[in-house]
Amino acid sequence: MDFDFMPLIVAVVKVSVVVGALFGGVSIMTWVERRGSAIMQLRRGPNRVGPFGLFQPIADGLKFFFKEDILPPFVHKPTFIMAPAIALVCAMLAFAVIPFGGSLNFEFFDEAIPLVIADVDGGVLLLMAAAGMGVYGIMLAGWSSNNKFSQLGGLRAASQVISYELALGLGVISVLVLAGSMRLVEIVQMQEQFLHWNIFRAPLGFLVLMVAGFAETNRLPFDLPEAESELVGGYHTEYSSMKFSMFFMAEYIAMITSSALLVTLYLGGYSIPPRVVELFGLQGNLLAFAQMGVFVAKLACFLWFFVWIRWSLPRFRFDQLMQIGWKSLIPLGFLQVIASALFVILKPEWF
Amino acid sequence: MSEALNQKSPGFDSSDHENEIITLNMGPSHPATHGVLRLVLELDGEIVRSCRPDLGYLHRGFEKIAENKTWQQFMAWTDRMDYLAPISNNVGYALAVEKLLGIDVPPRCKDLRVILCELSRISAHMLWLGTHALDLGAMTVFFYTYQQREMLYDLFEEITGARLTTTTVRIGGMARDASPEWLKKVGEFLDRFVPVLDDCERLLTRNRIWMGRTQDVGVLSAEDAVAMGCTGPVLRGSGVEWDLRRAQPYLSYPDYDFEIPVGSIGDCYDRYLVRVEEMRQSVRIVRQGLEHIPEGALNADAPKVVLPPKEKVLSSMEGLIHHFMILTEGIHPPQGEVYHGIEGAKGEIGFFLASDGGPSAYRCRLRTGAFVNLQAIEKMVLGSMIADVVTIVGSLDPVMGEVDR
Repeated sequence: MDFDFMPLIVAVVKVSVVVGALFGGVSIMTWVERRGSAIMQLRRGPNRVGPFGLFQPIADGLKFFFKEDILPPFVHKPTFIMAPAIALVCAMLAFAVIPFGGSLNFEFFDEAIPLVIADVDGGVLLLMAAAGMGVYGIMLAGWSSNNKFSQLGGLRAASQVISYELALGLGVISVLVLAGSMRLVEIVQMQEQFLHWNIFRAPLGFLVLMVAGFAETNRLPFDLPEAESELVGGYHTEYSSMKFSMFFMAEYIAMITSSALLVTLYLGGYSIPPRVVELFGLQGNLLAFAQMGVFVAKLACFLWFFVWIRWSLPRFRFDQLMQIGWKSLIPLGFLQVIASALFVILKPEWF
Repeated sequence: MSEALNQKSPGFDSSDHENEIITLNMGPSHPATHGVLRLVLELDGEIVRSCRPDLGYLHRGFEKIAENKTWQQFMAWTDRMDYLAPISNNVGYALAVEKLLGIDVPPRCKDLRVILCELSRISAHMLWLGTHALDLGAMTVFFYTYQQREMLYDLFEEITGARLTTTTVRIGGMARDASPEWLKKVGEFLDRFVPVLDDCERLLTRNRIWMGRTQDVGVLSAEDAVAMGCTGPVLRGSGVEWDLRRAQPYLSYPDYDFEIPVGSIGDCYDRYLVRVEEMRQSVRIVRQGLEHIPEGALNADAPKVVLPPKEKVLSSMEGLIHHFMILTEGIHPPQGEVYHGIEGAKGEIGFFLASDGGPSAYRCRLRTGAFVNLQAIEKMVLGSMIADVVTIVGSLDPVMGEVDR
């Protein structure tokens, strides 16, 4: 019995906690989205279930479970069933490489437990791959629905995500050039000082990555694949019950992931400036929990930003979307990559 | 039979790469077609190659109904034409019948009708603004405008007793008079309304996305607009200054000071600006109306047309007889034909009425703005994208109740 089960158990525990947190985050986000939009729109929003309507997501979840799961006769069944699963799994997979804290130490376990599911060397690549795969879910959903509106939605999603993947990549690369590493943990550690945050070193890259993040998650003003007023429901027109709910969750998880990516790459991730750590005397596990808190707080600000934008802006048209992607974001991204490279070569004293 | 089966579905024929055209059926139940408008689109990718509007899903045969109802009874049907500005329709119909009868209503009635017409215009334009913004994805504006409409509906309810189908206008007068409190409430509403309109404009007018979505989309030249008989904001958006309130004045509109906003190139943005400015002008008109609405009689002095007040019915012989005759037989306008058009929220609402001297119309023809404006859609959407179709339908502002009648 020389196989060490401990890392496996730790991994399982970490995965379950993160998945639980993600789903919890999704339900909180639906509540925030609905209450937040209600505040902006002079409405009350959900306020019946539990205090401030906080249990509304549970009620919604139950409702989705009890709805009839309609499988229209004209759909391509295997892909139709697989599509929401692909969307959801890819969205969750991407979060695996995001570090959300330093490391925990326990007496019964001699190694430190890093607070990231997979601290792999090519972490960013894995994330991009998973995010890129996510579009398959939407595309296949649109295609297999055998409905013209859905198909248009799927096609829009495909071209949109492919176009913005490039901008997203450039936004990521401008940080990778600065960091010289693809491990997100290292990138975070680099940004420990407040002024070392990459947003100050690569502001354009931040902008590009943020806009691309909106587009990747299909949120307004880039929600063209589902554009309710044009394509009825877009790719998920034919979906009902839990299958629809899976797309819904995938969207919110993608939102959380892309916010997390932005926070990690540009806003210092979970790191707390050393001076603040000293000031409060944070050590060991307490520090790790504080880091998690900081990460979640940064994430929450971004998620609120997503909600705020969604309820304020109209939607782009398809050609305008492409123009922004190809003519504005990609040149800006390249500019930033070049600037980052120069920054690395010249290493200005004042930074 | 077998030939039909062998034919490939026109939507997904992939063998012919030159003409990969998808036929897309937009509506009659589609979130952005504002009711039951059906558009059969042929798409090349996202680009519209042909568009065939299909109407009639809300056809209820109003023109025939008018021949079977008494003159006053038909008033209730006019509500259901442009059901977003029902009082305008009521007023238009009442004016047409009054023209036929040769009677004129007292100044108080005229001013009250003007106020109500302009309030309905605000209500209709507010709904348009909200749904147009919703179609383009800006959902918050929708709630802003709906809250204002809710307040307007409260005002309508107070004076007419109904929120949507008001039927408040009577031939030769009005069903109820406006109380001083009501007039005060209208003033208060206007004070609250203008800042909200400003808010909506702040969200949209200089918004880059909104401008990108509406500018140079659905351009309708002035010549085309005139040739197709477009009226209302659609015509004015194309730069033609034609407003029946000025061109063929009715009620007491000549006494009011207001401007007629016109667009320049006739795109969706121009039509948007025109409608928003029209709301501001309507506010101006209502404010003036509230100032100089005179005291005095509300109903015309025409005992054979206007129902006598209840106390007259109970106390005088003539009152009782007139009440009985009007309710059982209806009114009897002289033989003849009239046409009267008013400036409704969507365009010219015209009533052509032919009378053979009987208690109901011999023939009634309804000319509605939205129906005529809608024919411009084909010209406007060709070569644009699906998203533009939604914008264009929104900026034409059709109400299917008015289009199909």
